[in-house]
Amino acid sequence: MYPIVKKRILAPGIKLLEVKAPDVARKAQAGQFIILRIDEPGERIPLTIADFNREEGTITTIFQEVGYTTWHLGQLEEGDALLDFVGPLGRPTEIENYGRVVCVGGGVGVAPIYPIARALKEAGNEVISIIGARSRELLILEEEMRKVSHELLVSTDDGSYGHKGFVTDLLVRVLQEKKVDRVWGIGPVVMMKAVSEATRPFGVPTIVSMNPIMVDGTGMCGACRVSVGGETKFGCVDGPEFDGHQVDWDLAVQRLRMYRDEEARAQAFHQEKRGGCQCR
Amino acid sequence: MSMPVSTRKTPMPSQPPGERIRNFSEVALGYTEEMARQEAERCLQCKKAPCRQGCPVEIDIPAFIGRIKEGDFAGAIEKVKEKNNLPAICGRVCPQENQCEKYCTLAKKGEPVGIGRLERFVADYQLSQGEVEPPALATPTGFRVAVIGSGPAGLTAAADLARMGHQVTVFEALHVPGGVLMYGIPEFRLPKEIVQREIDYIRRLGVEIRTNSVVGKMVTVDELLESGFDAVFIGTGAGLPYFMGIPGENLLGVYSANEFLTRTNLMKAYLFPEYLTPIKVGRRVAVIGAGNVAMDAARTALRLGAEKSMIVYRRSAEEMPARKEEVEHAEEEGVEFHLLTSPVEIHGDEAGWVTGMTCIRYELGEPDASGRRRPVAIPGSEYRMEVDTVVIAIGQGPNPLVLQTTPGLELTKKGTIAADEETGATSREGVFAGGDIVTGAATVILAMGAGKKAARAIDAYLRQKGEKGNG
Ligand SMILES: Cc1cc2nc3c(=O)[nH]c(=O)nc-3n(C[C@H](O)[C@H](O)[C@H](O)COP(=O)(O)OP(=O)(O)OC[C@H]3O[C@@H](n4cnc5c(N)ncnc54)[C@H](O)[C@@H]3O)c2cc1C
Ligand SMILES: Cc1cc2nc3c(=O)[nH]c(=O)nc-3n(C[C@H](O)[C@H](O)[C@H](O)COP(=O)(O)OP(=O)(O)OC[C@H]3O[C@@H](n4cnc5c(N)ncnc54)[C@H](O)[C@@H]3O)c2cc1C
Ligand code: SF4
Ligand code: SF4
Ligand code: FES
Repeated sequence: MYPIVKKRILAPGIKLLEVKAPDVARKAQAGQFIILRIDEPGERIPLTIADFNREEGTITTIFQEVGYTTWHLGQLEEGDALLDFVGPLGRPTEIENYGRVVCVGGGVGVAPIYPIARALKEAGNEVISIIGARSRELLILEEEMRKVSHELLVSTDDGSYGHKGFVTDLLVRVLQEKKVDRVWGIGPVVMMKAVSEATRPFGVPTIVSMNPIMVDGTGMCGACRVSVGGETKFGCVDGPEFDGHQVDWDLAVQRLRMYRDEEARAQAFHQEKRGGCQCR
Repeated sequence: MSMPVSTRKTPMPSQPPGERIRNFSEVALGYTEEMARQEAERCLQCKKAPCRQGCPVEIDIPAFIGRIKEGDFAGAIEKVKEKNNLPAICGRVCPQENQCEKYCTLAKKGEPVGIGRLERFVADYQLSQGEVEPPALATPTGFRVAVIGSGPAGLTAAADLARMGHQVTVFEALHVPGGVLMYGIPEFRLPKEIVQREIDYIRRLGVEIRTNSVVGKMVTVDELLESGFDAVFIGTGAGLPYFMGIPGENLLGVYSANEFLTRTNLMKAYLFPEYLTPIKVGRRVAVIGAGNVAMDAARTALRLGAEKSMIVYRRSAEEMPARKEEVEHAEEEGVEFHLLTSPVEIHGDEAGWVTGMTCIRYELGEPDASGRRRPVAIPGSEYRMEVDTVVIAIGQGPNPLVLQTTPGLELTKKGTIAADEETGATSREGVFAGGDIVTGAATVILAMGAGKKAARAIDAYLRQKGEKGNG
């Protein structure tokens, strides 16, 4: 069992859990993810490693409640434990001194961008970060991001904080003003697609972190197929990071819808049993 | 008390097809004591026992069958277990017709002795008698061995090494041990409770099994050797699913057999929504391939509610690699066989869901390197097949996670580990390998045989390293 040692509510429906998993913490690197299962009938779900502490042997995950499993996870408290927790999975981010880089995080995607920005800064890059959310109350990790960036820009869709509009507006502005050597974009699929389209005319290499549906996370099932440059890749072992200019975004969006009906059914079934879950 | 000896095997009672396609319970129900003794009577107790040369782990077949004849079931299982740690499993899934039973003297005139069925009978008999006492272990040697992967190869190596007195830790990537026995082979063919009991038994030998441990990610082989393990056995199997590379393969409703079976068996999608992992099975399912994996997928599809389940295979019935019994069971259950046929494209609707496949017909040409007649596409024979689910079961390759992170580990051209056939020794000192990761996708019993040989070689390797205080 993997005990939860810390829980924080970062924003409505966005929660942080720090989990004791020393073997995972020992090897965790920016860009990697874990797969967890709460209990026996549970589904295996992937979450990005938002932070790790090798001394304490803990892994931090930040997640948004979008369906039954993430909702159930959000109901757990410090002292509860997860049945399964495996990682670190996937390839780490390729951290080098590229020069000037931009890290774009949208919504809960700010969480996985954080350790990447930190590592890039430690590697000597000039890090410009752009984070955004639908509104101010949904914006997470602003202070943390400020600490690991030379410059931090913020946007909200409704203008309740920072620039009113999308992170891509700010990204285009930066690209017009400065020479940028590399861009990372993590967030909802539509946002990552928009980031990739924004950088394409500038010819700036752009890395995105794909979030396909997964089962094992070790390359054994192929559920996580993504098409990159016309080739089929397994998101869990070849990724999760890929060249955003090469990803087949329509396919990625399509594949995430595979179990929409079943997800609703599972939620209704368990909602009744547990008397909760207002996340949809 | 001499009865006329039948030329046919004592039939195996089984669930009627109409009933069993609506449940996941075991299809073949096993012999009763009477049936087992009747079948044992057929064995001629041949002096040379040709059957034995067909068994990769060399079970003393006439000896165990002789004990069944005498009604000494406990003695019979003891005989089997001298050579085979997992008889309840092998008795169910061994391709006996190509192994022990193929060489049985009776096979020349009629049906061979049902050796597999008898093996299953004595194993089940023992399990029904309650907990099995673990055998006495050798004096602890103080040596520590890491076993990577808990399929039949890893479990066998672990059990044998523990009996020899070594301290064994098994590292398994998934959340349950058992490998293909747990995630691949369906419940209706190999009840998971049986696998579980065999694993419990191995635990009681003192083997520590660490699940959720992906070697190559969480820890590397070199780190294991540096952290106090004196030897490593790699038994990571052939888990990487192949796709065909045809258009439409990423459409919604196209599964690898591994995903289809893992969702069903390991994650118990057949109990959805009680169990949370979903699976999508349409009305018309096509399974591409004709091995055991394909038969399992096709039969699983029926049980998940498909109206029609079809095997699509580019060679003919004769070349189908699946076990005979599985093909027969599939036929009884109504699985359709579309032979000498292969898809060239999968079609989908606007939302990306599979709507059909274009297939092309084949004919058999000259024999190829494998000795089987090569299928040749017939130009212009394309036709459309209406399906809404496609399961690709054309084979699996070695998973590269361990291989990529172990410098100096020599591989073959196929990407499997190059290991000595008799010892499992690899190009790295102290690192041994066996099972599907060495042979490519093969059988449970061959994987076990490899685990056994490697355990012997590891034991010899450790002992020549000299004394090691009780650690
Ligand atoms: C590598 C990777 C890293 C991720 N990191 C994070 C993270 O840091 N924070 C976060 O909030 N989310 C992350 N996700 C997404 C997260 O896994 C899904 O939100 C979660 O699985 C939804 O489960 P559910 O039961 O709550 O919702 P459901 O109702 O089951 O599904 C809601 C949506 O989530 C997606 N989804 C469903 N099942 C899976 C699955 N098994 N694997 C992946 N996606 C699925 C589908 O798009 C689905 O429509 C990541 C996904 C991947 C692949
Ligand atoms: C659906 C199906 C049906 C089959 N039916 C039959 C049959 O009827 N009869 C028969 O004889 N054979 C059958 N086979 C073949 C047989 O199951 C295999 O040959 C056998 O299981 C191989 O054993 P193994 O121990 O080498 O590997 P596996 O059983 O594949 O076990 C390997 C284990 O290693 C783990 N692993 C992989 N990578 C890592 C890593 N990096 N770190 C930690 N752990 C790792 C895997 O999760 C897995 O648990 C079937 C196979 C399948 C898929
Ligand atoms: S282990 Fe397999 S090959 Fe050997 S006797 Fe049993 S069924 Fe036959
Ligand atoms: S060859 Fe057949 S008949 Fe002879 S001992 Fe073996 S099982 Fe019995
Ligand atoms: S999740 Fe199964 S192969 Fe990637």
